[in-house]
Amino acid sequence: MIHLNGDQHVLNDEIKARSGIDYNSCLHCKTCANGCPFIAGMDYAPHAVLRLVQFGMEDEALNCSTIWVCVGCNTCSSGCPMAIDIPAVMDSLRHKAIEKGVKIAEPDILNFHTQVLNTVKKYGRTHKLEIMMRYKFQKMDLLSDMGVGLKMLKKRKLDLTPSKIQDKKAIEKIFRKK
Amino acid sequence: MKKSSGKNERNSGSEKLTFSFFPGCSLNASGHENTMSLLKFCDSVNIELIELEDWNCCGSSSAHSIDHDAAEKLPMRNISLATKGIPLMIACPSCLIRMKSTYLKIKRDKVLKQKYEALWEKPFDEDLEIVHFFEVMNRIRLEDYIDQPGEKLKHLKVAPYYGCMLSMPPDLRFEKNYYGIMEQTLKRLGADPISFGYGKQCCGTYLSVAKPKVAQKVVNEIIFKAMEAGAECLVTACSMCHLNLEIRCSLENPIPVLHFSELLSMALGAQDQKKWFPRHIVDPVPLLKKRGLIVS
Repeated sequence: MIHLNGDQHVLNDEIKARSGIDYNSCLHCKTCANGCPFIAGMDYAPHAVLRLVQFGMEDEALNCSTIWVCVGCNTCSSGCPMAIDIPAVMDSLRHKAIEKGVKIAEPDILNFHTQVLNTVKKYGRTHKLEIMMRYKFQKMDLLSDMGVGLKMLKKRKLDLTPSKIQDKKAIEKIFRKK
Repeated sequence: MKKSSGKNERNSGSEKLTFSFFPGCSLNASGHENTMSLLKFCDSVNIELIELEDWNCCGSSSAHSIDHDAAEKLPMRNISLATKGIPLMIACPSCLIRMKSTYLKIKRDKVLKQKYEALWEKPFDEDLEIVHFFEVMNRIRLEDYIDQPGEKLKHLKVAPYYGCMLSMPPDLRFEKNYYGIMEQTLKRLGADPISFGYGKQCCGTYLSVAKPKVAQKVVNEIIFKAMEAGAECLVTACSMCHLNLEIRCSLENPIPVLHFSELLSMALGAQDQKKWFPRHIVDPVPLLKKRGLIVS
């Protein structure tokens, strides 16, 4: 167990409360880091992000790429000897980073999530073609990865029209912010 | 999608099973061939699927990544649509995790339950059973529907790929997990399941869009390891994994990736492959012909 003195605990307490996860039992054994399929795309290993939070290093924790590159595949938490739900901590850090308006380390990933949720807000379901088009426009990059897009269209993997739900009011209710 | 007729030509004597069915966005769009073959399979084993009426997106990775509130409410609405007394079957592992995790949270948390009941104006169903498509394999006997099942996929060397979403996050750690069920089923149908060590490695999910190089690396690794272990094809139960494995593989002559439901339907004698296989990027037809599993 790690006990901290001083004001480091402010961030620590907040992230614990948001995520509902007690990661202070982390042994820093690095099982998460060794197993993570995406560690090459991260600036801090997963356990190191927990350490940043424990030490109250807010800027480093919220600005890091790891919280965005983590897709929540749970390879880390399945292997964790202390059964810590590391992806849930990453979720809370992402939410805080957005609320605080810090510079997002992986804007493309945030752009993608935003476009996905925009189609869900509109139709109640995702619409891949629109997600891809808007993602590309936002990024101002229409040409890269064109081959894959065309391949998907040819194989009819991208429906041209969205599938919509009937009860639009329910979706409004879901996305209404208090 | 209409209700399946539940008609079964072989009078097997097995009881008809009924499930509410949640297809999810991936099966409903990029994975049409997954849905078609799954419905076909259920129809031929006397399972009636009733599509959850007016279902919505489960929120997927994006809601829990950036909108906590929506991540909670999107699965809630789907749960509220489920019919009492009928198990809810989910074909997409990612949707399953979102819905089941939310369901169990509501069950544990009184305040959340009140929120649920106020939002959807109906009581929370404490006894709703939420299961993955794999659960069907535990509830039917394939032998009741197939003569000589061991001859159906004979000698097809298949690497079962579960993807990461069936590896449960800690809050679902004590829920049933289904590792081994594809191996067991394939073996009963005469195929040779290949162990390759990457069967639960994540496919990269949305990094396929936002960081294609990162996704390509993991996808190539998965497919290469399966080929190295001697597999002639991969089989997956996740529509999104299927898409990523197909579009992000940059290996030369990669092996085809089949949906578990396609192999099951084929073993039961389905003749609709012409509707499914043209939608695959790596054509599985030459391999299946070579193994004598499809003709013409």
